[in-house]
Amino acid sequence: MRFVKEFRDPHLAEALLARINHVAERIGHRRARPVTVMEVCGGHTHTIFRYGLDRRLPANIEFAHGPGCPVCVLPKGRIEDAIALAHRPDVIFTTFGDAMRVPGGRGSLLQARAAGADVRMVYSPLDALALARANPERQVVFFALGFETTAPSTALTILRAGAENIGNFSIMCQHITIIPTLRALLAQPDFTVDGFIGPGHVSMVIGTDPYAFIARDFRRPLVVAGFEPLDILHSLLMVLRQIEAGEARVENQYARVVAAQGNKAAIAAIERVYEVRAECEWRGLGQIAGSGLQLRAEWAGFDAEKRFAMQPHHLADLEQCRCGDVLTGRIKPPQCQSFGRACAPDHPAGALMVSSEGACAAYYEYHGVGEAA
Amino acid sequence: MCLGIPGRITAIVDEQAMLAEVDVSGVRRQVDVLCVAEQGQPLASLVGAWVLVHVGFAMSRIDEAEALQTLRVLASMDELAGELDAMRTSAQA
Repeated sequence: MRFVKEFRDPHLAEALLARINHVAERIGHRRARPVTVMEVCGGHTHTIFRYGLDRRLPANIEFAHGPGCPVCVLPKGRIEDAIALAHRPDVIFTTFGDAMRVPGGRGSLLQARAAGADVRMVYSPLDALALARANPERQVVFFALGFETTAPSTALTILRAGAENIGNFSIMCQHITIIPTLRALLAQPDFTVDGFIGPGHVSMVIGTDPYAFIARDFRRPLVVAGFEPLDILHSLLMVLRQIEAGEARVENQYARVVAAQGNKAAIAAIERVYEVRAECEWRGLGQIAGSGLQLRAEWAGFDAEKRFAMQPHHLADLEQCRCGDVLTGRIKPPQCQSFGRACAPDHPAGALMVSSEGACAAYYEYHGVGEAA
Repeated sequence: MCLGIPGRITAIVDEQAMLAEVDVSGVRRQVDVLCVAEQGQPLASLVGAWVLVHVGFAMSRIDEAEALQTLRVLASMDELAGELDAMRTSAQA
């Protein structure tokens, strides 16, 4: 694969770690507490744990694992909504595999399938649309998940469905956006994160300008990063250099994929098909205003919530799970009393144990239960 | 679904529908190329291009010049790290 091996070169990783150590030493003399850098995206969290990057950092540099895993932040009530739809005899319910195991109030989509619901995993919304073409007597619903990375693909699928006048296709729209959530985190008075490793593939769509407020208003550096281990280390070094120099800028380490202006065709598709949902719930974080997308009135015919007059479920997060504190960098996963006990990858209770890109699941897999490092 | 996977466009399947065939590590699949098409250019100009594929859509062309530039920066750090080590060892001697 193109430019994968090159960005995993262990020799260059050591060189980067040496530089990170130099900068950390210099910063360390001036600070009482460690420097905390939040990787926003779950894909970055996965790379950090998979390659053990967190274990290689100097003592005064820490990663905080941010809210950028769309599967993890799926609220329980939305899973209940999905399961209720999937149990309708006229419905073929389609979803990315990642969402199959997410627990709702009374089980997951996987369990609903075992109980007889017609739930099918698809790789692409285009595959869900193909199912609709092939099964005109059934209603095909696609569970539309993800940040700006996948929102354009759902939008373009809706445009195709509209052009072909496919009447038996609809989506349950759970697309979310990262900017309002970063703003909400930064506005919390006890949010101690010093800088950000920015999400590479969200930025591939939206570009780097939408992060300007983080540097300007909140004086934190942000570096948009690729997903290989050298990308993460390089971006961390860039963040630390800004902190050392007392600067706060948006930089782009992932220029091989991310253009400053983003992807115009993808942004146009998003703007044509969606509008901002007034309130949107995140598992572990609660309601965040303006952080969700819904179909515009023009495309309401493809909105499963309207087509099936769905009654939304609202279920509170479990009290003993401290996902919100992990997501905001206040605690590490093992400091949650449920971690590894009431909540583990084969019986996830909290959001972050659900997907391999969730901080707790990654921590469990690569550190085990006992280690509180 | 968030990570995407690099693939190479091998053929245009349907110019009108913006569909191309992509080879991803030997697996071939149809993908939508609307987001990587350049206005005024025939889709055929995409054949051979490396793209990042997310859930059936080519979402970005992988810019070889930028990738090489980043790798050059990383390599120069490696050289510099070697020099820094040499300086430290020399000072200790």
